[in-house]
Amino acid sequence: MSRREKAWWLVAGLAIVVYALFPVAWIVSLSLKGSADLANGQFLPTKLSWSNYQLILTGGASDLFLPALRNSFGICLIATAISCLLAMFAAYAIARLDFPGKKVILSTALAVAIFPVISIVTPLFNLWRQIGLYDTWPGLIIPYLSLTLPISIWTLSAFFREIPWEMEQAAQVDGATTWQAFRKVIVPLAAPGVFTTAIIAFFIAWNDFVYGIVLTSTNAARPVPAALGLFSGESQFEQPNGPIAAAAVIVTVPVVVLVLLFQRRIVSGLTNGAVKG
Amino acid sequence: MTATTLPPGQKQQPTAALPRRISDRSRAERRLGWMLAGPAFVVMLLVTAYPILQAIYDSLFDFRLTDPKNRAFTGLSNYAVILTDRIWWVSLGVTLLITIVTVVVELVLGFALALVMMKALSAIRPALRAAILIPYAVITVVSAFAWKYAFGLDSGFVNSWFSWLPGVGPNTDWFGGQWSALFVVCLAEIWKTTPFISLLLLAGLAQVPEVLQEAARVDGATWWQRMTKVTIPNMKAAIMVALLFRSLDAFRVFDSIFVMTSGANNTESVSFLAYRQTIARLEIGLGSAVSVLLFLSVVLISALFIKGFKVDLSSTRGEA
Repeated sequence: MSRREKAWWLVAGLAIVVYALFPVAWIVSLSLKGSADLANGQFLPTKLSWSNYQLILTGGASDLFLPALRNSFGICLIATAISCLLAMFAAYAIARLDFPGKKVILSTALAVAIFPVISIVTPLFNLWRQIGLYDTWPGLIIPYLSLTLPISIWTLSAFFREIPWEMEQAAQVDGATTWQAFRKVIVPLAAPGVFTTAIIAFFIAWNDFVYGIVLTSTNAARPVPAALGLFSGESQFEQPNGPIAAAAVIVTVPVVVLVLLFQRRIVSGLTNGAVKG
Repeated sequence: MTATTLPPGQKQQPTAALPRRISDRSRAERRLGWMLAGPAFVVMLLVTAYPILQAIYDSLFDFRLTDPKNRAFTGLSNYAVILTDRIWWVSLGVTLLITIVTVVVELVLGFALALVMMKALSAIRPALRAAILIPYAVITVVSAFAWKYAFGLDSGFVNSWFSWLPGVGPNTDWFGGQWSALFVVCLAEIWKTTPFISLLLLAGLAQVPEVLQEAARVDGATWWQRMTKVTIPNMKAAIMVALLFRSLDAFRVFDSIFVMTSGANNTESVSFLAYRQTIARLEIGLGSAVSVLLFLSVVLISALFIKGFKVDLSSTRGEA
């Protein structure tokens, strides 16, 4: 590669970094603007101010934001754990065992993944009110499985196909049962794949907005995206922009850290098996 | 336990002494398979098949939550109401416009990003990969707020940065008109979801055999010829899968519209219409009918892709 060509690819790479970071940088900058700066029409604040963060973490908006943060973490973690557990067994069966219905399960996962969330949520809205699941954690965890379970099944089956199965057979030769071979040999080999799947499933649950606004009404279960979306409408503050930006930064930081730490695995998880190798 | 030690390929080998043993084993395997995969399968059915059946049922009634006593079976009249209403067609038009514009732009932009990542020096590749994952990981609502505030009259910088463009001034209200508002919605969607497409395309690019590229180069093909005659035909499967997933995803657009315009100025999408009927107006019957129509549209789009473009979904996502 000539030096000129190298420089050219470097510039293109830089453009990608700017593309990816620009809106994130903007929301960070906005969150650091004091009320005097908010409407200055500029990208950067003239003076750094932590007042927006104070407002949502300790001030008047903290009773809206902090419960939402707790709900989001709790609900998404539980939904991720359940779907990973279910998907682990399903993906093992799909990747390893020979049984009719394998195709049915994978096609169902595909169909569920492309299902319009709005079509699920309208009947649930009515049902949840009748059976008392409206505005509760289980009331969100159950529908979240429709988001996290299909992608967990795909991603994990793709990972499980890469596992050297001879080792399982070796264990079986040594007298292990199918179940023992699964637990003692395959689980440790599969752990990285399960971990990656969990991150991706968590992202998807964390991103949900539709279930969050429709199936909750109070701090009891409302997750962060829904709280943010409704905050603008019913807030007592003159300018909700600053506090919303600060809250947006706080919920974005953990996912960005996860991405930076595990980028290689996440990319292989997202694309592994999506395109046949 | 002789049968278990054979590699999977030879398992079905007919040996005179063992036929019963093998069928026992395969029966046990079958049972274990359903025992392991069954719970996930049942959960998936419960959280989707049940609600859509309920929605189909509800859509046949005139049913308001504010007036539950007067629930009455009205057959298909909800559908007649919707399909003869301008609001439905506007929302369908808006949804189709957003879907087509974002998917086309994302495909081109995503391909460019994938090419850069493919060719980029290995030293900066991890940095690029991490950077491109950030829009994917940012919550859609957060991205919508970022773009809304950037273009907004009260706190934005876009108007002052781009005041040199004709038609843009300090008082340009981007969310005051249908076209300008949809432009910003598309921009936010494109920013957020292009990385996903480009990662799928990158995986496809990596599978184009290098020998084909070399052969074309030796034969004197230009860069453009190699791209259109070798690279793109060889990654058609990856392109189609990316297109299908993104089209269906774009067709469900809701979050950005909720945050940016709340459907004002004819910017309502089909999902938003269903939400407004059911949740805001508590018209369960009408809202369910819109949900069912949305569901049918998604089925139609998938069928179009699978039959029309021959997208082979069995080659995607985990199928051996």
